[in-house]
Amino acid sequence: MSPRFPIPWRRRAPSPGLSCRELVELVTDYWEGALDAADRARFEDHVHRCGHCDAYLEQLRLTVDVAHALEPEALDPHVERELLAAFRTWKTEEAP
Amino acid sequence: MAAPDDDDTLVTRARAGDEEAFSILVRRYSPSLLRLARTYVATQAQAEDVVQETWLGVLRGLDRFEGRAAFRTWLFRILVNRAKTRGVQERRTVPYAELGTDGGGDDDGASAPSVDPLRFLPEGAWASPPQRWEDDPEVALRGKEARRIAEEAIAQLPERQRAVITMRDLEGLDSDVVRNVLDLTETNQRVLLHRARTKVRQALEDWIAA
Repeated sequence: MSPRFPIPWRRRAPSPGLSCRELVELVTDYWEGALDAADRARFEDHVHRCGHCDAYLEQLRLTVDVAHALEPEALDPHVERELLAAFRTWKTEEAP
Repeated sequence: MAAPDDDDTLVTRARAGDEEAFSILVRRYSPSLLRLARTYVATQAQAEDVVQETWLGVLRGLDRFEGRAAFRTWLFRILVNRAKTRGVQERRTVPYAELGTDGGGDDDGASAPSVDPLRFLPEGAWASPPQRWEDDPEVALRGKEARRIAEEAIAQLPERQRAVITMRDLEGLDSDVVRNVLDLTETNQRVLLHRARTKVRQALEDWIAA
């Protein structure tokens, strides 16, 4: 429980902020909008003040970019022809 | 008004016997299906079989498909079912250590940190901080070699992590579609996606640092 009133002999309450170790686990949650308002504020506050975590975020963003740039291969044209043949058969069988 | 080449229009046309509509759908989705199938089976040839079976399954179900579910979700679900069945049949031996560590199990992988704990000081600040990639390596990240590194890292991911990152980041599908196709909760999907991304990031970081 945190005290209701500031305690005069302690000049500052311990920061409720995230550590870097905690922050790196929350990046996807942050991007997916899964953090509540308080956690989101703590996350943004930390990144704003911490160049290392800002760099980490950037790395993860670039990682997603690289993944997105991966092109899938097309289906073998031979398989595609077989599928169209199967479609014709299906059409004939389905016809009343 | 539906666009002439959107999925629903093409499905309706295909159902009415329009071969061109079916062929557009096959060409539109087969590359993505093929890539996702590789998550579950060991070879490209098996993946092609699975994709073929998937489209045959679509033909069998087309008359009953009511369009209430999005066609894309339905299609990917068929693919995942077939691919899993095939994967189990032809299962390569999975080392015991890999089982249950994909971050989507009962504990959501919450216990395993996604960044090496040795990179932090005891109080949680970076001891060995990440480097900025924007400057020089960003150029490298656009290159072929970076894509090869990423592809290799993705191929080594546990099954569910690989499926999620493939659908989300490679294909760019929405989280709702991915959750429905893979039967995952929102939280599970996020955990799997995060684990997958951080492993690929690590692979790229190792490569850049080398």
